[in-house]
Amino acid sequence: MRFQARVEVHLRDGIADPEGATIERALPALGFDGVAHVRAGRSFSFEVDAADEGAARVKATELADRLLANPVIEQSTLELQALGS
Amino acid sequence: MAVTVGVVVFPGTNCEYDVVQAIDGLGGQGQLLWHGDVGLSRVDAVVLPGGFAHGDYLRPGALARFSPIMDAVTEFARAGGPVVGICNGFQVLTEAGLLPGALQKNGRLRFLCQPTPLQVTSTASVLTGLATVGDELMIPINHFSGSYVCDEQTRHELTEGNRVVLRYLDNPNGSVDDIAGIANEAGNVVGLMPHPERASSALLGSEDGLILLRSLLAAALPVAAV
Repeated sequence: MRFQARVEVHLRDGIADPEGATIERALPALGFDGVAHVRAGRSFSFEVDAADEGAARVKATELADRLLANPVIEQSTLELQALGS
Repeated sequence: MAVTVGVVVFPGTNCEYDVVQAIDGLGGQGQLLWHGDVGLSRVDAVVLPGGFAHGDYLRPGALARFSPIMDAVTEFARAGGPVVGICNGFQVLTEAGLLPGALQKNGRLRFLCQPTPLQVTSTASVLTGLATVGDELMIPINHFSGSYVCDEQTRHELTEGNRVVLRYLDNPNGSVDDIAGIANEAGNVVGLMPHPERASSALLGSEDGLILLRSLLAAALPVAAV
């Protein structure tokens, strides 16, 4: 089976996020009020072949932890969706 | 016999010749090593120089860590061989797990390229063995992701283990505890953001990097003698 994977990588809570902070500081000047806690991150999408969703999840999680995110400072979330054959 | 220092070249590395020239100037022998090689040739020390290995895609050092030569570098480091990562090389060493922590984007999101005052805070490493604690050195930095971060436990271990080898006197990038360079537990693997090879001649504005490179050559000697 083939699955569509989407991995989002963000800095861990407590790790300074200068990009998020800079975006947040720029918002009032653009007229956006009432926006707080901006965090910048990255999104990756890829397709995985695996026997079932569990196996696809294991593979995609390992890929995210070993390469896409640096677990020392980042955390990742994974979404999987089965693709029609 | 001259001490041979292997200088690893990844696609996008750009400080390899500066390092080789500085090493050669001190009587050592710099030898370029290609990242795609699976083994190290006979070298007494390894330097991972600055630049943008693999274009710094994903994160600095994230892809370089998977270059074929890194297995041999890791083995060399585990056997006690001197390994020094300068700037991008420091980022590679943290990504490869040879040094703890990570290098984050600079605090104010500025690319910093400037002479930077440093203080030697430990001599228990292959890069600072000939220096004296308290020595002040003026050495350039040149980076966008040089802000050192680590968890509390690592910070404690680095401090208690006397493993912070260099600190910024005027923290330019937001590094935890003003950390500019650290060593592993054994002191044979060192990473630092400043570029000692760019402070290797009065013509370059400073010779303060020489004490660090001399220390590396001195540390590599016992291995060469075996």
